[in-house]
Amino acid sequence: MNFAFTDEQAMIAETAKAFFDENATSERTRAAMDKDGVDRALWHSFCQELGLAGIALPEAHGGSGLGLVEFAILAEAAGAQVAALPMLGSLAMTAHGLARGGSEAQKAVWLPKLASGEAIGATGLAAKVTASGDRLSGTVDFVAHGASADVFLIATDSAAWLVERGAAGLIVAACTTLDQTRPFARLTLTDTPAEPLSDAAAALRAAQEGGWICVAAEALGGAQATLDRTVGYAQERIQFGRQIGSFQAYKHRLADMMVEIEQARSAVYWAACAVDEGSDEAPIALHSAKSFAADTYFRCAGDMIQLHGGIGFTWEHDAHLFFKRAKAIQSMLGTSAWHRERIAQLIGLGDAA
Amino acid sequence: MKLGFSPEDEAFRAEAADWLNAQMHGEFGDLKGLTGLTAAAERRKEWELKLGEDRWSVIGWPSQWGGRDATLAQQVIFAEEYARAGAPGRIAHMGVELAGPTILTFGTEQQKQRFLPGIASGKVLWCQGYSEPNAGSDLANVRTKARLDAATDEWVVDGQKIWTSLAQICDWIFVVARSEEGSKGPKGLTFLLMPLDQPGITIRPIRQINGAAEFNETFFDGARTASGNLVSTPGNGWQVAMGLLAFERGVSTLGQQMNFRNELDAIIAAARENGSAQDPLIRQRIAKAEIGLRLMRYGALRMLSHTDHARPDGAALTYKLQWASWRRSLGELAMDVLGQAGEVTDGEDYHFPMLPNLFLSARADTIYGGTNQIQRNIVAERALGLPREPRGSM
Repeated sequence: MNFAFTDEQAMIAETAKAFFDENATSERTRAAMDKDGVDRALWHSFCQELGLAGIALPEAHGGSGLGLVEFAILAEAAGAQVAALPMLGSLAMTAHGLARGGSEAQKAVWLPKLASGEAIGATGLAAKVTASGDRLSGTVDFVAHGASADVFLIATDSAAWLVERGAAGLIVAACTTLDQTRPFARLTLTDTPAEPLSDAAAALRAAQEGGWICVAAEALGGAQATLDRTVGYAQERIQFGRQIGSFQAYKHRLADMMVEIEQARSAVYWAACAVDEGSDEAPIALHSAKSFAADTYFRCAGDMIQLHGGIGFTWEHDAHLFFKRAKAIQSMLGTSAWHRERIAQLIGLGDAA
Repeated sequence: MKLGFSPEDEAFRAEAADWLNAQMHGEFGDLKGLTGLTAAAERRKEWELKLGEDRWSVIGWPSQWGGRDATLAQQVIFAEEYARAGAPGRIAHMGVELAGPTILTFGTEQQKQRFLPGIASGKVLWCQGYSEPNAGSDLANVRTKARLDAATDEWVVDGQKIWTSLAQICDWIFVVARSEEGSKGPKGLTFLLMPLDQPGITIRPIRQINGAAEFNETFFDGARTASGNLVSTPGNGWQVAMGLLAFERGVSTLGQQMNFRNELDAIIAAARENGSAQDPLIRQRIAKAEIGLRLMRYGALRMLSHTDHARPDGAALTYKLQWASWRRSLGELAMDVLGQAGEVTDGEDYHFPMLPNLFLSARADTIYGGTNQIQRNIVAERALGLPREPRGSM
């Protein structure tokens, strides 16, 4: 038992933080927001030059064979900059889902491409589709970065398929989305050719676990960034002849943010570790991490706007990027109340009335 | 980063669990599940002696001083098994967790030999003399005076301490007193170890909102202690006291969490029993409490895994706010689960069972050891680097 980063993990964290801080700038993110929400040049250098995209994928398919702890480290660093990247759809859900539940052929074709950034994947869960042989019909809503994807992992509660962009009868409609760094798409399928995954249950579980860890870690990084930036502002902004950070009403709110963030940090790495180690605690840890980190991020991002005053409400300031990402994370992949209800059942409260 | 335990650690777990279960199903079965610190004082003293006798009292200490040189993982395991077995809250905790580590760190060889065996064996119980009527949140404003009497080679102490937890059953007290005439704030304070049973010390219990009297006022009127019972040097008391607060954030937090676990389990059981477990709002709150408790555990493991103990990271400073606020909410949840049934109790004494008592006693958590407001100042100033509060001139 040692709940601290190894030297290797600390190095990954340092590398990732330096990379995203330097490259995932506000200007670049905003340029991507005006298009499809993907900074392709940044994704390319993340996958190619940094070579960390396949960190949790098997070595046989172009990955590094590490785990969700290492993946969470990357997502945390990317989240701190609200980077406009398909980290969630392409890696956390599609690649991790395929790695666990895809056929050997599917893995051989897609995993190297996803890890290298040559292809972008997107995942749609809770798909409202019906299958007829190897053809799917129906709709899939809220597919993150769906309009940018080359391949889709589409899953219901009991089945999962791969569908390629350009497949017959597939219409991908981009949605104008609150969080422009991760816009949703709506997929409409009409007799669209689809390849079933060999182990749908495993794929679904891996996609969910990867997704929960990814957004929880992003939320942690984002929440910490809102705190850091607001602390910076508190020290430079002068009112009433004092730094505004010298007022207790102000600094106590920042202290409360830190209390929540440190718990979110414990939650994220507890969950990632529990999954990696196959612990019995993994389900409760995942539900804790997703709900707690998302709620923390939303609260901190809201506080960031409040504590910046008028400037925090402008389009020009980055506060709204954090605020919108935080809201999106709160509502995707199960609301906080849903995750807590899962915990209520796991700890033996029985069923709700 | 690794959460699993090694086979050696699991063997240690089995040994600890066997011993604890044997006690809680045998000789000390009457103490099983007991929380709070004031009930059954005599039996709890016997329990401390038993822990000492079988060397389970201070497992993290060096074996030379009655410990087991237990690793961090083993200390975590013991805390977990202690809770699982339902062993009672420890009345020796201020000696085991505060006085002992302070003496181990700052004490002379002579002081170690004199005091550590008493703590490790459970024979000598300690309490803490910090707060005063005018030195609560502003702890450095201590006015109790200490002077060295050259004729007898003793320190003589005059003044008053307050909120002295368990002084009525303890044997020794560690005191911070002002030894430099005219000094102010953290300068000029001295850290002394003093026997409680002497004519110069009077202890008066303070009845609290839950009807119990865990806290006391302690009056010093020419109270004496040998000059050899000075820890560190005269005038260096603040540094010793602050070092001791760092111990408070150590493994002891895991011991405290085991009581929280028992309290939350009792709430879950009550909710199932009276049907409130089906209420979606109650379910959400119980789930939140469960998450908070788990995160407390992993937060503590992070603190303990942090290798540079001399310079704890800022996260450690958030822990007091975290647990105190969590437990205060837990008390409110307990009453909402119980409903009006929680507001009446059997018998004529104003003495409520575990959960209503939790509701009342938790109001102290966000006050003692630094109020939530002081804690927020500490986090904002020391961890986040924000401007310090201006000092008043009164």
